[in-house]
Amino acid sequence: MNKHEKLADLRHFLRRYGLPHNRPAVPLGLAEADAVLDGGIKRGALHEVFAEDWGAGGFAACLAIRAMGRKPLFWIRTDYAALEYGALSATGFLELGGDPKNLLLLRAPNVEEALSAAADILACPHLGAVMLELEGHAHALDLAASRRLGLIAEESGVPLFLLREGADSRPSAATTRWQVKSLGSRAEDDDWGAPRFLAQLTRHRLGGSGEWIMEWNPQDGIFRQETAYPGAVAATSSHRPAEASFRRA
Amino acid sequence: MIAGRANNAIYVHALNGAAARQGLYRGQPLANARAMIQNLQIVPADEKADEDLLEKIADWCDRFTPLVAVDQQGLLLDVTGVAHLFGGEDKMLPFVREKIRAQGFAVQTAIAGSCLTAHALARHADGMIAPPGEDARVLSPLPVTALDCGEEILRAFRRAGLKTVGQVAARGRAELASRFGGAFVTRLDVMLGAEEKPLTPRRPLPDFRAEQRFAEPVITQEVITASLHALALSLKGMLEQGGQGLRLLEAFFFRADGKVERIAVKTGAPLRDADVMLRLLSERLDALADPLDPGFGFDVIRLEASLTEKNQISTVSFDDHDNARWQIAFLVDHLAARFGEHRVQRFVAQDTHIPEAQSVALPAQERDFDGTWVRRRKETDPPLRPLRLLEKPEEIRVPATGVPEDAPKRFHWRRAQFDVARVEGPERIAMEWWKKEKLTRDYFRVETRDGQRFWLYRDGLYRETGLHPRWYLQGIFA
Repeated sequence: MNKHEKLADLRHFLRRYGLPHNRPAVPLGLAEADAVLDGGIKRGALHEVFAEDWGAGGFAACLAIRAMGRKPLFWIRTDYAALEYGALSATGFLELGGDPKNLLLLRAPNVEEALSAAADILACPHLGAVMLELEGHAHALDLAASRRLGLIAEESGVPLFLLREGADSRPSAATTRWQVKSLGSRAEDDDWGAPRFLAQLTRHRLGGSGEWIMEWNPQDGIFRQETAYPGAVAATSSHRPAEASFRRA
Repeated sequence: MIAGRANNAIYVHALNGAAARQGLYRGQPLANARAMIQNLQIVPADEKADEDLLEKIADWCDRFTPLVAVDQQGLLLDVTGVAHLFGGEDKMLPFVREKIRAQGFAVQTAIAGSCLTAHALARHADGMIAPPGEDARVLSPLPVTALDCGEEILRAFRRAGLKTVGQVAARGRAELASRFGGAFVTRLDVMLGAEEKPLTPRRPLPDFRAEQRFAEPVITQEVITASLHALALSLKGMLEQGGQGLRLLEAFFFRADGKVERIAVKTGAPLRDADVMLRLLSERLDALADPLDPGFGFDVIRLEASLTEKNQISTVSFDDHDNARWQIAFLVDHLAARFGEHRVQRFVAQDTHIPEAQSVALPAQERDFDGTWVRRRKETDPPLRPLRLLEKPEEIRVPATGVPEDAPKRFHWRRAQFDVARVEGPERIAMEWWKKEKLTRDYFRVETRDGQRFWLYRDGLYRETGLHPRWYLQGIFA
């Protein structure tokens, strides 16, 4: 075998057996989290965010804003999710730091259609990010489906954020998996502060996990390291009415 | 015999030949008709169904010419320029008649130089083809009822002893105008061939068409697909010659038994590529709730291109940005073909302060986007508007205690109780004052003790609602 064939074989081998394409990861802005994530949110990969209450879905939106940059974001949701969790507001997206001109929406009639549309949309390499918002347990999203989406994402280089609301986590082929709760403003602030989330990285393909309090900076579109303080943290889940009403929804 | 109702009396709406031979006539009161003939079969009139049927036949007649109009109880087809496809006018007339008769209808037909003449001939001289320029001669022997001009004028003719169209036409125009009005004279002249009154077709004409007629009706999917492909290539050729691309592609499938199926696909960017056309059509066909049923087969398949525009790109652009835009536009087109164009959306800014109307989601294929969003938030502020807006604001239960003007300290929403920790506001937004039920809203941004942030409003000012205002939750912040 000459050199070229060897090189081609090697490339094929690497591509097939897991070393990802050389795409820069998107740093989140928290040194610690970025270190655990080995650079940040990987492009061309599946990231699953389990929102545990009403506000936590915004964490996925923030991740998407980080990842999309100047390119368009395609947000896919089902009719049910739109009715139950609210329709996306362009002004809200703008206030959070995104650009509504770069937002494309698809309202799919049900989960299966949403998944099949996501497969097609994810294949377009010119998008900045794709967000797939699924409500409830979404049985159609099984291991095989998520693996397929992961492969498509890897091929095109577009990150897919799977926002799951009111669902329990199940095995999937996601590169990273997050469980997110909303935190309010800091205790010492009288007025509203920046949005804060308690994000727990429960699964990472390359190992590592952690839990961080992430504060989102809408002006710069990046997370901010929260200065450590022994202040009040969100109440334990058993007494959080928000979660109760969220799950039951 | 069909009985219809008018002016609170039942009269004869339509009758068959046998009844007519017995002396009944249209417009006769039903009681009289019943008295004349004992065992009369009566069916109630259904004008709506009649109209629908006529529309369906008109759809089907589209196969002969695109210029079809509904004309009282009949149809007008403009066959200028298409008669040669059927072997000339004298072959086309019997052909059309036979085709319609084969579907079970009794039909009278005629061809003439203007719509009014043809209308008159069809009703009074069935089967006549008026040679070009000889409309007047053909009309002359017809009775004056062929002029279709109303009872009064007919009575006047009878009194004056004018029995045929020819006799009326021989009169001077000035005296006719003075007795019957200028409008009548204009109609008469048009009928005699003086001027042309154009036909108003039911559908606007497409920019380009390609059709294929089959000697034997086709049923199989492969043949249909092959035919569509050939037609798409032919459209592509026509579009290329004009340097244009289509934005609306319609496919018509004419069944041999009279039904017509129509599929339409819209695109966001001008399209010329035959393969893409075929793919979009296939997506739309696959997404149909009921698959296309050929019945006994399609004998005509037609593709029409409308909304054509100058097509900017004819070669692959080296500009990445352009490429990206076109690719995304095609993605949007495919999704719209599959799900319907109203499900693929983009936001457009609206100049209004009313929150739910500020951003409108429009089909992404519509392209005139303008408008800029104004960010309310200052540099270091948190977001002032929620990421999600409930499409219908939901009422929340607020305990009766507390100052009604301020935000509630506690509220009940979707079967859970929330305790409020921080409040920002109020922000007063007045609704459209001309809609009486819409009260001014005071919006509050509240943060609950467990970290959720909601956008609430009180419906109405304190002085309007008194001690029991209604509170609603409209948005959820990130």
